[in-house]
Amino acid sequence: MSKELSKTRTGVSGLDEITGGGLPQGRPTLICGGPGSGKTLFGMEFLVRGARDFGENGVFMSFEERDTDLVQNFASLGFEIDGLIAAEKLAIDYVHIERSEILETGEFDLEGLFVRLGFAIDSVGAKRVVLDTIEALFSGIPNEGILRAELRRLFRWLKEKGVTTVITGEQGSGSLTRHGIEEYVSDCVILLDHRMIEQVATRRLRIVKYRGTSHGTNEYPFLIDEDGFSVLPITSLGLTHKADNERVPTGISRLDTMLGGKGYFRGSSILVTGTAGTGKSSLAAHLAKSTCERGERCLYLAFEESESQIIRNMKSIGIDLQPYVEKELLLFHNVRPTVFGLEMHLVIMSKLVEKFSPSVVVIDPISNLISIGNQGEVKSILTRFVDSMKLKGITAFFTCLISGSKDVDETEVGVSSLMDTWISVQTIETNGERNRVLYVIKSRGMAHSNQVREFILSSKGVQLTDVYVGPAGVLTGSARIAQESRDRQAEREYRERIDGKKREFETRKLAAEAQIAQIRSAAGTGKGTGKFYRRGRRKKAVAERTADRSGSPEAC
Amino acid sequence: MDCRDSEIYKLKLYVAGRTPRSAVAISKFELLCREHLAGMCSAEVIDLVQNPKQARVAQIFATPTLVKESPAPIKRFVGTLLDTSQVIEALGL
Repeated sequence: MSKELSKTRTGVSGLDEITGGGLPQGRPTLICGGPGSGKTLFGMEFLVRGARDFGENGVFMSFEERDTDLVQNFASLGFEIDGLIAAEKLAIDYVHIERSEILETGEFDLEGLFVRLGFAIDSVGAKRVVLDTIEALFSGIPNEGILRAELRRLFRWLKEKGVTTVITGEQGSGSLTRHGIEEYVSDCVILLDHRMIEQVATRRLRIVKYRGTSHGTNEYPFLIDEDGFSVLPITSLGLTHKADNERVPTGISRLDTMLGGKGYFRGSSILVTGTAGTGKSSLAAHLAKSTCERGERCLYLAFEESESQIIRNMKSIGIDLQPYVEKELLLFHNVRPTVFGLEMHLVIMSKLVEKFSPSVVVIDPISNLISIGNQGEVKSILTRFVDSMKLKGITAFFTCLISGSKDVDETEVGVSSLMDTWISVQTIETNGERNRVLYVIKSRGMAHSNQVREFILSSKGVQLTDVYVGPAGVLTGSARIAQESRDRQAEREYRERIDGKKREFETRKLAAEAQIAQIRSAAGTGKGTGKFYRRGRRKKAVAERTADRSGSPEAC
Repeated sequence: MDCRDSEIYKLKLYVAGRTPRSAVAISKFELLCREHLAGMCSAEVIDLVQNPKQARVAQIFATPTLVKESPAPIKRFVGTLLDTSQVIEALGL
């Protein structure tokens, strides 16, 4: 094909990306799926967005739902269908077929339908048409042979009219649609799926075929919420992101020092692992606070605690997050992992990121996700999330609980290799107390500290202090304090000993000087003749030289 | 049409354009009114190509369609009314 296929943008977020620009312009597209998979919604959103955002009016021909019901149902999604109809941007035609009223008496065609559709198209100058669900004709019209021939003619006629058409079809067993409509619609077929995996509903979308263009071939999760339909093509995006040199302070100055003096890299991924109660969330709260203090936004995705619980708990270590929530700089999203499937979590997280556009995202903790998927699935989700965050230049902070029995260098979800900075917090149990220590296992691209620091949760937040490293080994907590005081005591004693010695020398020096003065005065009384005086002068010089020598302590 | 005296039956025939199929249906419809419903029906032929709005109002999708609006229940005869006796039976004549 020498010319690029022209496409009509759907305006459905994400779909235009995976189709490379939208649905084939002026051609029919089949949307098939089971009951409740979102076919009607997709059709309506296609029309509403067309009329509202792209200046393309539309006709919705419904074979199932009444126009009044449609208007009502979609009002809850913020689609003001009433207004669009009044503005003559949208026309809804409800085709009611009551099988019991119909009797076939000879030859017929569907010209009546063509006339109706043609009239509706002309009345609003439509560029987009939705037929929902045309298969209802199969149960209403007795003669299937005529119906099939007429459907073929209908699609040809729609193509000639140059309208972009969406046809919905109920999924059949073993075929895309129950009555095989896919046979007539050959340009583009999209399958919507709504399946249950371990009692958790997941919606997925797949482009089965799209003639004359390349398209994404994966199954993409999608979401139906108050904004309508959104597809989030979150695949592993490849390693093409730009590395940022800018730094993000950790909120703990001593930790910044450990990370090359400046903190994390912007857009990097940070993992904090540790056993229960080691202070992982506290590190997250510090980052959140310092982010908000700079006036940047932080998204906090919590899988274990509620918003008010986190705020209360962090207050106890002197971090008040409430004002930032009120200023809308900090957004909590608290949800149990088991509420949705993994894919759906990813979609929701990505959607929140898109909406809130934070500069830092905290996920606390990722280890909980393992409860709804196996390690491979969780890793795949997190890889895609990390990639998409990197592409957007968002700093991602993950906490991960590890069980005490496991090796510290191993996370349950196996994501440590994805992370740029990995901080481990541990507790060391000695002398009947548990003390927290922190160290940086790795931090790509910076000269990070190799030192273990003691990690203290105080009412003023996290504080890092040097651990005691001495002949007695690495000491923390009260053992460190005791050892430090012992050290101080020993130093004091040493100093005192030195001072005592100094004082001793001083006394001796003074005594010697007094002696010299005595000798000098004795020599001064013996002077008489000039001759003797001269000799006496020499003698004095000698005496002085001797006195100098005797003044120094070594001479004593 | 010549059967407008009384209005026991209200019949409307919807066709789409002057096609041979329409012509067959119209002639069959006229025959039916004349021979079996003389004096007891109001009958009307509507060309949807001229009157496209009517297709929506009367819920027409196939053509030709003969709609018996009254007496209730509503009946729709889809096709060229080829088998007159079948129609007569369904109309309850």
